[in-house]
Amino acid sequence: MPEIIHVSVNGIAVAVESGTTVAAAVLQCGISSFRRSVTGEPRGPLCGMGICFECRVTVDRLAHAKSCQTLCTPGMEITTDE
Amino acid sequence: MSSPRWDIVVVGGGPAGIAAAVRAAETGASVLLVDDNPSLGGQIWRGAEDNSSLRVARSWRERLKRSPAQVLRGFRIFDQPVPGVLLAESAESVREIPHSRLIICTGGRECFLPFPGWTLPNVMGAGGLEAMVKSGVPVAGKSVVVAGTGPLLLPVAAYLRKRGARVRLIAEQASRAAMLRFATAFASQPQKGVQAIGLMWQLVGVPYRLGCWPVEAKGAGKVRAVVLQQGGRRFEVECDYLACGFHLVPNTELAALLGCELRDGAVWVDDAQQTSVPNVYCAGEPTGIGGVDLALVEGQIAALAATDKPREAQQLHQLRARHRAFAAALQRAFALREELRKLPCPDTLLCRCEDVTFHRVAKCQSWREAKLHTRCGMGPCQGRVCGAAVEFLLRWNIESVRPPLFEVRVESIAIELTVGPTPQVSQGAEG
Repeated sequence: MPEIIHVSVNGIAVAVESGTTVAAAVLQCGISSFRRSVTGEPRGPLCGMGICFECRVTVDRLAHAKSCQTLCTPGMEITTDE
Repeated sequence: MSSPRWDIVVVGGGPAGIAAAVRAAETGASVLLVDDNPSLGGQIWRGAEDNSSLRVARSWRERLKRSPAQVLRGFRIFDQPVPGVLLAESAESVREIPHSRLIICTGGRECFLPFPGWTLPNVMGAGGLEAMVKSGVPVAGKSVVVAGTGPLLLPVAAYLRKRGARVRLIAEQASRAAMLRFATAFASQPQKGVQAIGLMWQLVGVPYRLGCWPVEAKGAGKVRAVVLQQGGRRFEVECDYLACGFHLVPNTELAALLGCELRDGAVWVDDAQQTSVPNVYCAGEPTGIGGVDLALVEGQIAALAATDKPREAQQLHQLRARHRAFAAALQRAFALREELRKLPCPDTLLCRCEDVTFHRVAKCQSWREAKLHTRCGMGPCQGRVCGAAVEFLLRWNIESVRPPLFEVRVESIAIELTVGPTPQVSQGAEG
């Protein structure tokens, strides 16, 4: 059985299995728009492999984390753009 | 921080990189395998770490664990300040990686083509959505359309279906005639034919259309439906996700940064997988998209050549030739059709980082001019997404690469080197 870890997405507590990426945790919350583009469009993950930079979110107050290449760790605070 | 000089450094932990690291380390050389992901396997073997059904992946992984090769995960190479030294950055730190010889196994990425609505959330790559599901995105009960082109579409659709997704349609742009011609290539690779039949079996009941491609994604805030074209007819399919990729393109940025010659968008290598730069080898997708079997053979040949075992390397040449022939058939079968050059409308965004429309870029004469005038390709992805699209849509040649290969922290650029260039590399080498 995978271990369950607790993170927060936009202040809301979420339980995910260990090995879950930050991108997956965000999508599990039903959030599809991860960031706003330079002209304000909603954007979400495209490539899933760290190439396109569309899935950037703020992790533990550090902006521009590539959520598809970052694994959830206990207590992690994840914030998407408005 | 100072590090020992490795005999062999392998960049990229997919099939080619794992095979290269294993074979090199088994000869007694000191080997470091560097990968930018949290776990090894590349895209094709992603998520195969536990209870893997992929026997080949498992056996190579086990062989790597038994070998003395060292593995550095979560580090991304961004520069070569002097020949024989690479700089790599992780989420927390930066490292210098001195080496005598280098094997580049940086894999490939999906080719994305812009069409109206392609920037909507939940429009992802085909491999992109699969990777997301493997890392924890639930798709049970979700409607998915799989579209684009390439041998990836069927396994992606089969995987998504296994995870409970309702695959509404698989739309392959290649024509029926092209696919029938391709089927004859299976004669020389019967095990691949068996795999294909297995996939079709898993996808029984899923509509599979040839000569069909997406022309628009619709939705507000996220995708709601996709408009597809087949022949002269257009139709709409509702979906929660559109998984859309137009085959793969080689990741050549690191090789180009090191000065390796590129031909037709791929890294040129000799019979020993050595690039035009001495002591720099390349294997797998960067040398041309060829799939996992070819990557495994090339990785081994590169490792054996780089550890001065030319005879053992030569024993694998015949196998490589067979896989290369199959790869060539694959490239022909899934070649992008002319109609796709008209996919973007003038106001469709081409550069997703800087939000530059297709029209503004198409007005320019070259990639360089487009970058200077529109900032196209100047954002965080550094043209990795729009560059491949532009090469196809506008037939431009895109080879310029500068350090850093990715956006890095200021302290990573300001690092003071503690090691010098590789003695044998620097002697007589220019610049």
